[in-house]
Amino acid sequence: MKNKKILITGNEIVVKAALAAGAQAYFGYPITPATEIMTEWDKEYETRKKLIFLQTEDEMSAGFAMIGSILTGVKAFTATAGPGNILMQDAFAMAEAMRIPTVAIIGQRGGPSTGSVIYSQQEVTLTAFGGNGEGYRIVYSPSNIQDLYDQIIKAFNVAWKYRFPTFVLTDGYTLKTRALVELKKPKTLVKSYPLVLKSKIRNSSQESNYENLNNTFTTEEECFKVNTNLLTAFNKIKDKIAESESYSLNKQAKTLIIAHGIVASSVKQALNDSNSKKVKLFRPITIHPFPDQNLKKALLGIKKIIVIETAANQLLKLVKENIYGEKIPIETYCRPGLGISPEEIIELIK
Amino acid sequence: MPKKSLNKHNSNLAWPKCWKHSSKPHKFCPGCGHPIVLKMLGEIIDELKIQNNTLFGVDIGCSLLAWDFFNIDTVQTHHGRTVPVIVGAKKSRPDALCIAYVGDGGAYAIGAQHLVNSRIRNDNITTIVINNANYGMTGGQDAPTSIPGQITTTTINGADKFYMKGPEMVANISDIPAYVARGTVDNPIQLKMFLKKALEWQIQGKGFSFVEVLSFCPTNWKTDAKDTLAFLNKLKKIYPVGEINNI
Ligand SMILES: Cc1ncc(C[n+]2csc(CCOP(=O)(O)OP(=O)(O)O)c2C)c(N)n1
Ligand code: SF4
Repeated sequence: MKNKKILITGNEIVVKAALAAGAQAYFGYPITPATEIMTEWDKEYETRKKLIFLQTEDEMSAGFAMIGSILTGVKAFTATAGPGNILMQDAFAMAEAMRIPTVAIIGQRGGPSTGSVIYSQQEVTLTAFGGNGEGYRIVYSPSNIQDLYDQIIKAFNVAWKYRFPTFVLTDGYTLKTRALVELKKPKTLVKSYPLVLKSKIRNSSQESNYENLNNTFTTEEECFKVNTNLLTAFNKIKDKIAESESYSLNKQAKTLIIAHGIVASSVKQALNDSNSKKVKLFRPITIHPFPDQNLKKALLGIKKIIVIETAANQLLKLVKENIYGEKIPIETYCRPGLGISPEEIIELIK
Repeated sequence: MPKKSLNKHNSNLAWPKCWKHSSKPHKFCPGCGHPIVLKMLGEIIDELKIQNNTLFGVDIGCSLLAWDFFNIDTVQTHHGRTVPVIVGAKKSRPDALCIAYVGDGGAYAIGAQHLVNSRIRNDNITTIVINNANYGMTGGQDAPTSIPGQITTTTINGADKFYMKGPEMVANISDIPAYVARGTVDNPIQLKMFLKKALEWQIQGKGFSFVEVLSFCPTNWKTDAKDTLAFLNKLKKIYPVGEINNI
């Protein structure tokens, strides 16, 4: 049976996707362009007894309360943007250290500082690598509203399967736009489980029946061991998680545009509208871990790369790092905080 | 104390049942007030038979040294962020006893907004604040609770005349009744009564409960036993011990 399509905003679809993924709790603080995720959740919360909702005093509190909720085995999530994303890094660092499966929807807005409340792709680095660690995190970048729905369901599953903080990095345009979305029922749902308070019946003389969780270490060696374990675990799942999409009207095209999120949609439309046979698109679906193997394959026969992003040097940095050693020249079309239309791209690739 | 001597029989006499043996001797400095508070807390948890349904959250600061103190589910968080972690847990498991154990810096400086708002929301949690009038773990800097003239590593000529009365603030920022008290480690029996009332307040679903404890920090006060008690008495003059209820 085909699922019905409904006309809905990105912010509304986030809540529908989270509920479809089994989310039970939301902790957050208002910030444009992600506020309506919270107001939509509140509407659901008012009518469903089992849901949990708390509007906290700030984003640090939202992040840490989400962690507290997750510890008890609840699929909790949050959403934030820009300056809120900065404050929430405190909690994400703890989640990263302790393998707490947080899920956060990031509605990128213009930076630096308060910036614009509208749109950008300037929270790539912060979301993937914010905090005082190495970025043991998973970051999805959906390119339209349908994709947003699908990636959120995937994010909950991946977070609870692998226990790394997971992010869906979207933006003000996607969240505030209305589009037709098919509300697909998830094929699989990974179950959540408690990390503390696992049972009321425990043999109290057995120390191992109690969870003592910490993130502070006394020696360099202990700290190194924790890092090594995290890195090993992250590297092990990297290739299972990294995803990308390639798009072209002509497989022999010699120029490769690399773009992610909504900008990749702009590029696709530009290729279609201009019927371009010279240019292909490579779109990382996961910003982190970066789909480096797929990109290397996509570079076969390519004579020129163009990185397009609404940031100055965030996707670009990742591309350079992941194709280190390649001699293909890289051009850029970077517009920090300013949307990029298909028309501009058509002009660029003419 | 060598670990060998900690046979079950002996330790049962002096230790709460919920204390974890393998983490003893504990990591606090000799003469520190924390273990006195943790002993009273352990006894209450034993008496209330809630060892298997308690979540204990510890902050960064010397409270973190209690991360493996009990056979109780425990989570060590970030500096100032224990209250929100415990709030999130309590929202999700209202039947569990959820405790935030925080230093005065964690509660009144870096985490003050969380404390204030948790009290205003009347979250059904218990917060225990260890007031040692300085930042212990980082080597004795000025805290919101340092008293006029107190020498700390950031007030080498004596602290200013401003100081923070946490329980009074907590009691008075809302009209909603809360259980609020200030105890002291040199009166553990009274302290135990306050802590027990606070936990029972939570168990009865009455909302926010809060106990501040005036506590020894001989390491940073740079005091011997006699002067440690003398400084605690000085603190007691500024920070009156007792229940501070607005009920
Ligand atoms: C965000 C952050 N800032 C600063 C620190 C450094 N730090 C560790 S403990 C501490 C002070 C602790 O003082 P208090 O909360 O009074 O607890 P005490 O050690 O006295 O028990 C500070 C500033 C930190 N760990 N995290
Ligand atoms: S520094 Fe002070 S509060 Fe910390 S363990 Fe030592 S005596 Fe206790």
